[in-house]
Amino acid sequence: MSKLKWPSPGSIYFLAVCALLYLPIFLLIIFSFNNATALVFPLKGFTLQWYGKLFENRELFKAVGNSLMIGVGSSIAATMLGTMGAIAIVRFRLPGRGAFLAVAALPLVIPYVILGVSLLILFNEVGIPLSAFAAGLAHVIISIPYAMLIVASRLVGFPDNLEEAAMDLGASYWEALLRVTIPICSPALLAAFLLCFTMSFDEYAIASFLVGTDATLPVYLYSQLRFPTRLPMVVALAAILMTITMVVMLLSEWLRRAGQISERKA
Amino acid sequence: MTEPAVEIRNVTKLFSSKRGKRSEEVYAVREMNLSIPRGKFFTLLGPSGCGKTTTLRLIAGFESPTNGEVFIQGMPMSKVPPNQRPVNTVFQNYALFPHMNVARNVAFGLEIKRVPKAERERLVGEALELVKLADMGDRKPSQLSGGQQQRVALARALVNRPAVLLLDEPLGALDLKLRKAMQIELKHIQEQVGITFVYVTHDQEEALTMSDLIAVMKDGLIQQLGDPVTLYKTPTNKFVADFIGESNFIKGTVDSVRGGKARIMVGGEQVEAGGGEGSLKTGQAITFTIRPEKINISRAGSGGTSGTVQERVYIGTDTRYLVTLISGETVIVRVQNGCGSEAGEFAKGEQVTVRWSPEDARILTD
Repeated sequence: MSKLKWPSPGSIYFLAVCALLYLPIFLLIIFSFNNATALVFPLKGFTLQWYGKLFENRELFKAVGNSLMIGVGSSIAATMLGTMGAIAIVRFRLPGRGAFLAVAALPLVIPYVILGVSLLILFNEVGIPLSAFAAGLAHVIISIPYAMLIVASRLVGFPDNLEEAAMDLGASYWEALLRVTIPICSPALLAAFLLCFTMSFDEYAIASFLVGTDATLPVYLYSQLRFPTRLPMVVALAAILMTITMVVMLLSEWLRRAGQISERKA
Repeated sequence: MTEPAVEIRNVTKLFSSKRGKRSEEVYAVREMNLSIPRGKFFTLLGPSGCGKTTTLRLIAGFESPTNGEVFIQGMPMSKVPPNQRPVNTVFQNYALFPHMNVARNVAFGLEIKRVPKAERERLVGEALELVKLADMGDRKPSQLSGGQQQRVALARALVNRPAVLLLDEPLGALDLKLRKAMQIELKHIQEQVGITFVYVTHDQEEALTMSDLIAVMKDGLIQQLGDPVTLYKTPTNKFVADFIGESNFIKGTVDSVRGGKARIMVGGEQVEAGGGEGSLKTGQAITFTIRPEKINISRAGSGGTSGTVQERVYIGTDTRYLVTLISGETVIVRVQNGCGSEAGEFAKGEQVTVRWSPEDARILTD
């Protein structure tokens, strides 16, 4: 005699949230394989033609190239600067530490549209031409707080007498940093890099103001929406982007946790 | 003339801490003068917050003195950063590098000094041999027990052949049995390598077990400096007498002074005590100390001070009696079992007589 068990309100809520978040993405992936231009049910049949068209598109490849270049460059710079900031706020009792933290975290709360416009004005004034380089510079600015917070959270849980021990054994401060601190923080550094990269890779608002003719992938995608026949191709591209972004995010989170667990064991 | 391994001259260390708008200044070390001879096992002993770790960090160079100067082998250290001082430290929580295996941890100092690889491997092997971890070189620190990590930290410091090895409560995290074993071993290693050890601990028994010389510290000041026997037998003040071993403190007034010994009136009864060094005056109120095992307890009626047994505690090797003297003072008496006296010789409430040799009773200066 089995009693019909009603799902608890909590699990219904959870399922609703999941559906809201992932159903559109799921639909996107379905439509990318649909043999029709219009994104409506019923489905017309399976096709890979939209993916095929993607790979024939030269402009698209150029945009992907720009995005990768901007992403990798800005992430490396942001991770380095963020790490330096993290060491400064965690290791040293600097005067004005609170103010520094607040200013460094500001890009987190400024709307990107506003940041985009203001950087456009600034870059014009100082004579930096609108280009992939300008967009990359802007991405460094928005990525620094993320990199800094990730690395700082690693440094906080890190026994600071390891650096003392290294110096006690004859290492200079820089040797201690390079041989002890940085290697132990490397999972956090990689996680910070990956997060910055995904931020840069799919950032549209700022890039649209600053790239000039070097369209990044999101900028290119948005420009293609004017042509209804190319819509399914854009959908296919979005499906690919979505998959890559999720994989990278999961990887960075896994790295961050792996770093913390190995530390706890030690 | 050889200079001492470490000399601390007039060193004061002041820490300022800000709490809200109030800023506080705390003396961690006050006008300290200390000379640590070469090749000795030297211990800084004191309760937490007495400045012993700060003293160690001043020698290592992690703190710089507010005033005064630290000399290592006769060289002033004020302008020498920690990484250029001829000292190495064994940290309280070992501070092993978690991303390197044991051999790389031990080799760290030699790598920094660019010792050639073959030489380095030989020295690392010897150091691991010394701490009995010869076959553990490939392990990561997280795969070792606390005692083994402790040995790695020791090997990592000793492999550099420092002039002085600083040890900051290195046995604090180990369990009692392992700690006792490591105490003996540390002492052996020190004798074997002949390096000056400066050891910080709050455990008086540990200090007595290992040290050639002990400086007892409190509130940033050295209370007494001496070898274990001197400190135990002739403590100069109440803090030292209380901190090292167990002590009875008895108040009285000076009745007469005669050749280094004084007759003391304790509640109408006369006893004798040594120490005080000639500064005593008749009628002066003083405190003297006597170790529980130096008090002889016998049946009432024999010569000595009378008292009543308040409490009898059997602790295996010894029996402890709490005896209230007729003056009202309570003293602890410790009698070793199986040496002509067995537990239960004196019952609770029994009238007894206690007595001691005058040289075992020490008059304290403060």
